[in-house]
Amino acid sequence: MKNEMHLKFRALSQNESFARVTVASFVAQLDPTVDELTEIKTVVSEAVTNAIIHGYESNEDGFVYITVRLDGSTVELEVRDEGIGIQNIDEAKQPLYTTKPELERSGMGFTIMENFMDEMTIESRPNEGTVVRLRKKLSNAKAVYN
Amino acid sequence: MSLQINLEYKEKQVLIVRLSGELDHHTADDVREKVSTAIEKNNIRYVLLNLEDLQFMDSSGLGVILGRYKQLKQIDGEMIICSVSPSVERLFNISGLFKIIRFEKSEDEALQRLGVA
Repeated sequence: MKNEMHLKFRALSQNESFARVTVASFVAQLDPTVDELTEIKTVVSEAVTNAIIHGYESNEDGFVYITVRLDGSTVELEVRDEGIGIQNIDEAKQPLYTTKPELERSGMGFTIMENFMDEMTIESRPNEGTVVRLRKKLSNAKAVYN
Repeated sequence: MSLQINLEYKEKQVLIVRLSGELDHHTADDVREKVSTAIEKNNIRYVLLNLEDLQFMDSSGLGVILGRYKQLKQIDGEMIICSVSPSVERLFNISGLFKIIRFEKSEDEALQRLGVA
């Protein structure tokens, strides 16, 4: 089974819970475990929060774009912004690294995304934006061997 | 979905903070403001953070918890966290917070540790 959905919403912090709940309910059709659903909600929250705080630097005029593709038992998640981009992706991926310590950021966003998903790729251009692509194969999805 | 913050002041400079709901970037600011003000205004040295009714947390939660931990360290205080769900426990493990903050199973056990049970 293949399925796909797109979301576009303003870069407001109250949309973080909207985004993770919406993605989770779309993914629910693959019958994920409770843990898998929590992992997906968490990574959506991390990526969307990054887009809002770092991509748009809390400028609420921006929009965040999410694409979710389901292919068999695999979930592909794409979170995109049109913000300032990431200067140094390798540095940004380091655990506990943050450019905004004054906001009490933990610097764990990308580490959590990498940990909770099977694959993560980041593409970023200065002043054009950032795309984070995440992929995860669900353990008990039924569709595969029919 | 939002977050409820319940504060209870105990003897011996102890503050119990109970969080229920979802702790993310949107709700973390409220936690930072309420808890840090409570610590400053009431001469608090020990914070017991009860996460029993927390439904969701991400790295923004780690940030605000680490922030209060540092705030308490500066005044020679301490933070204890209790009743952590497996998914939240995983975040504490990945971030290394498990190594620096004290964790207890329940609020009662944590209060006993602090000598105010």
